[in-house]
Amino acid sequence: MKTNAQITAQRRLPAPPTVSTRLTLRDRLGAWRVRWGIGRMRYTVEPGLYAVGTPNDASPVLVSANYKLTFDSLRRELSGVDCWLLILDTKGINVWCAAGKGTFGTRELVARIEKTRLARYVSHKTLILPQLGASGVSAHEIKKQTGFTVTYGPVRAEDIKAFLAAGSKANPKMRAVRFNLWDRLVLTPMELVPTTKVSLMVFGALFLLNLFAKRPFGLYDFLAYAVAVLIGTVLAPLLLPILPGKSFAFKGWFIGALGTAGIAWACGWFAPPDLLLGIGYMLALPAHAAYLAMNFTGSSTYTSPSGVLKEMKIALPFILPALAAGIILILIKAFI
Amino acid sequence: MKHRYLKNVSTLTLQAEKCIGCGLCAEVCPHNVFTLNERKARIADKDACMECGACALNCPSQALGVHAGVGCAAAIIQSWFTGKEPTCGCSDDGGGCC
Ligand code: SF4
Ligand code: SF4
Repeated sequence: MKTNAQITAQRRLPAPPTVSTRLTLRDRLGAWRVRWGIGRMRYTVEPGLYAVGTPNDASPVLVSANYKLTFDSLRRELSGVDCWLLILDTKGINVWCAAGKGTFGTRELVARIEKTRLARYVSHKTLILPQLGASGVSAHEIKKQTGFTVTYGPVRAEDIKAFLAAGSKANPKMRAVRFNLWDRLVLTPMELVPTTKVSLMVFGALFLLNLFAKRPFGLYDFLAYAVAVLIGTVLAPLLLPILPGKSFAFKGWFIGALGTAGIAWACGWFAPPDLLLGIGYMLALPAHAAYLAMNFTGSSTYTSPSGVLKEMKIALPFILPALAAGIILILIKAFI
Repeated sequence: MKHRYLKNVSTLTLQAEKCIGCGLCAEVCPHNVFTLNERKARIADKDACMECGACALNCPSQALGVHAGVGCAAAIIQSWFTGKEPTCGCSDDGGGCC
């Protein structure tokens, strides 16, 4: 028997919004725009407690970030499941990055549990967190501060159903971070798009130089530059595992050099009258590709900060002088 | 195909005498760095560690240490200019990070 007070207390508990497990066309378009960096980067949902299906007090609680792409990819996998979603305020950043920054973290989780009065919606004391949230959340701290036990679920949302069906047990495959061709491909637009700003500046400078140059820059110069940028931002990430070397910069330099050499050879820049140009491009463009490829360390799922630092300390003393020397040679060729 | 990055760079340390063998480090590590033998954790594949810090944060007996941070070249360069710890650019105007 419940006392009157308990019943009124329960009545006063607001029903959390129910979310659909189907994505609309608008959701999909939005996802595409975010991937290409069109419009605002921040693509958020309101933090708080949500219901999926018709959960009761024994239903599992899944914790996630308020980045809409994360939220969408999770709810899409939950058709036919009754559960609660506890969405943390990660400022519209995915779980992995937010955990690194600490916004998907112990403090926010504790605060959100209290704010949503989660303990009054469920009678159990278990939270399921995405495994990649573990670098921001300390399970024993959560236990100490809220009484809830943290269980780390699978890395990917697509495994969540299997995880729940197996009694909240993750197999090693669910635990392993993957970084296959497709995973890398969807990241490349975000590598390519930011380079357009620099590229436009380069084109602007070339345009001005063309007013005075003896050998104006033409379509082939543009082509050589564009190929180097594409190699650094798209091709190097895609071919990552098969390119020689361990450092990203070297991998980028390697195919950058191949690509530049191909174009320079086809344009006849290795023959005596244009040799200076050929050497200039061979110095500058592969170095530029190396730099762009090195930036992909930020998107990769296996590079350690200490490793990136070491790589940069070795690579930058080559990249910067090569770039500078290459640009000087190209300018000399343009004016003499 | 398993990706491998530079060798001998990770700052991960394990103080075996503090370990109580709970196994949480092995559970949270995204790169399978730990194995558990006779209720003691062991670092089996240190070069796979990406210094995410999950193991150290979740170890209930502070047996693990790692200098965690973001492995992103652009963020590190930025930190050289600003003198602050590198942070991921993913929140702001979408630096290529993450
Ligand atoms: S820091 Fe991260 S990658 Fe390295 S051992 Fe710990 S959990 Fe694994
Ligand atoms: S989390 Fe800490 S105590 Fe638990 S097994 Fe790993 S090192 Fe040992």
